Amino acid sequence: MTAVRDRELPRQAVPGAPLLEVTDLRTYFSLDGATVRAVDGVSFRLEQGEALGIAGESGCGKTTTALSLVRLLPPNARIEEGSVRLYGIDLVEKSPNALRRYRWREISIVFQGAMNALNPVNTVGDQIAEPIIERLGLDRKAALQRAGELLELVGIPRKRADAFPHELSGGMRQRAMIAMALACDPAIVIGDEPTTALDVMVQAQILELLERLRRDLGLSLILITHDLSVIAETCDRVMVMYAGRVAEEGPVGEVFARPKHPYTQKLLAAFPNIHADRRTLEVIPGSPPDLRDPPPGCRFAPRCQFAMDVCRTDVPPEVTFGDGVRVACHLYPQGSDGVPITTPPDANGTPP
Amino acid sequence: MGGSFVARRLGQAAITIVAIILINFVLFRLMPGSPERVILRGTPNVTPERIEALRERWGLNDPVFPDQLVAYITSTLTGDLGYSFIARGQTVVDVLAQRIWPTILLFGLGEMVAIALGLALGAYSGWRRGGPIDYLGNSVSLILYSTPYFLLGMGFLLVFASSIKWLPTFGMLTAGRVYGSPFEFLADLGAHLVLPLATVSLGLVGQYAIVMRSSIIETLSEDYVNTARAMGLSEGRILRHHALPNALLPTVTLIAINLGYVIAGAITVEVVFNWPGLGTLTVQALTARDYPVLQGVFLLLSVAVVLANLVADLVYGVLDPRVRT
Ligand SMILES: Nc1ncnc2c1ncn2[C@@H]1O[C@H](COP(=O)(O)OP(=O)(O)O)[C@@H](O)[C@H]1O
Ligand SMILES: [Mg+2]
Repeated sequence: MTAVRDRELPRQAVPGAPLLEVTDLRTYFSLDGATVRAVDGVSFRLEQGEALGIAGESGCGKTTTALSLVRLLPPNARIEEGSVRLYGIDLVEKSPNALRRYRWREISIVFQGAMNALNPVNTVGDQIAEPIIERLGLDRKAALQRAGELLELVGIPRKRADAFPHELSGGMRQRAMIAMALACDPAIVIGDEPTTALDVMVQAQILELLERLRRDLGLSLILITHDLSVIAETCDRVMVMYAGRVAEEGPVGEVFARPKHPYTQKLLAAFPNIHADRRTLEVIPGSPPDLRDPPPGCRFAPRCQFAMDVCRTDVPPEVTFGDGVRVACHLYPQGSDGVPITTPPDANGTPP
Repeated sequence: MGGSFVARRLGQAAITIVAIILINFVLFRLMPGSPERVILRGTPNVTPERIEALRERWGLNDPVFPDQLVAYITSTLTGDLGYSFIARGQTVVDVLAQRIWPTILLFGLGEMVAIALGLALGAYSGWRRGGPIDYLGNSVSLILYSTPYFLLGMGFLLVFASSIKWLPTFGMLTAGRVYGSPFEFLADLGAHLVLPLATVSLGLVGQYAIVMRSSIIETLSEDYVNTARAMGLSEGRILRHHALPNALLPTVTLIAINLGYVIAGAITVEVVFNWPGLGTLTVQALTARDYPVLQGVFLLLSVAVVLANLVADLVYGVLDPRVRT
């Protein structure tokens, strides 16, 4: 693989700062005069070479969180508060033009359903070469050469560079999209449900590809999916979101083996078991709150079987425990050491 | 572009033209009045024997099918469209040849101006949606779109023929003028061209702007445009390299389909400004029941529409790889 850029940090990088640190991010949409609090105080961190999975029901703000990082938001959205520090540089503060320099070069995105994410009238080769020419300043010949290498890296024969998107299968298009995301050798690759639109066989192949790339290239990855088994297989850490907030976040092994937050427990129970014992699936009763007018305390309280009075009035603070797991739940106050203050009466649910 | 794509489109165009020739044949046989009456109009003392002789000579006594049809197709394909009833001695082909150039000049230029202005205005408005140009452009476009040609033309006439007399409003050249140089000729032609050309272009520009505007707005919300934004490309590059090439596709089809209406509009614009093209010819032929000329005009215009659609299909094939199969 030809080296196209020296992995030099941006000039304003703060020495010793983590790769990505998101603090108290709040992204709201205006919708018919109302405010949709889609992301409402999300914090997380991504270290070099790490893979973070973001899980949660549809509509909980996963995509909005990801798009907020490089402000790729629809016109009715605004980042109300918070910071997104890449190498310590706050991207929220950047002007649109200054921010543009961080897009794709530092943070690239593999979108869901590559059918529409690729331009139908351009060849895939040209589309992979475009950011190399435009952002890294290589000439067309070198860029096409590099595009060919990237295609081979993702398992597409180089000669398919002349193909138009409609001439490729769904899986091939998603591979091409991944090649595109790697074009500028970015610091972070975000996959927003990168396999959702594909059939199961192809999903597995794409995930395998992502895992291989992560191993070989040392990618730092944010993988958004509602498929928990994907996170279990691919990621180091998992962040479970509920209604615009972080419910629980921590190392994949810990969170999946001993889920603390009642929502995480329900989510794991609602999923075909990762360890393949297919017991009957539990459905989480009720539905997520209306984000125009969320409940005042814990947003999960209305659906939570352990809800206490305090849950309906006070927002639970995020507490980090010794095992590296961060939980926002009144069952786990500061100093509880990860043991819930009241043992859940429901024996059917996994005891926390 | 695949050879089979081109061949298929050519084949379709050929079939359509054959159908047009057949319809043209049938249509004029259903018209009221008999040809011999028209020919002998104004001739005193017409005897039935004279009529009979004429019918025999013109082949009108032969059966319609197959004799008349075969004769019609053979002569049409060999470029013999008969003689004008009115301009005695002139073939229909001669008449058409004189009148086609003014029409091509006026509407060819009119389309080009409208396409350039309309697409540019529409693309800019859609790109800067909600901005002042969009607001102004959209209102003007809607007004122009809903104004019939003749009203627009009459408006110009009213202003320029009666109030301000800056520009000629009648004909293509000043009658009887002798030109000292080709430049003088062009200047005279240009002056006569301004108002009809403005009418034609303004009549079309609104529609093209409206379609281009909505097309570009739709394109700008496509996922691939979002991908281009995610890549950190500049807004200008996104517009030029991603949005415009895709947004142009529906306008190509529109312009081609539109050509039929443009030709209908040609009649009114030409009549309003007395432009000596196919439009005024049609009206003259219609009032005089000059059936051979009318038939020739119909044939010519229908074939022009078919060819324009063929060109649009081929252009579309160049622009959109998805249809080239
Ligand atoms: N353009 C928008 N305008 C208003 N509300 C939006 C818009 N996009 C998303 N939302 C709302 O924001 C919330 C989070 O959406 P999203 O980030 O897409 O969730 P996820 O990716 O987890 O499914 C949802 O409640 C959704 O209805
Ligand atoms: Mg989403």
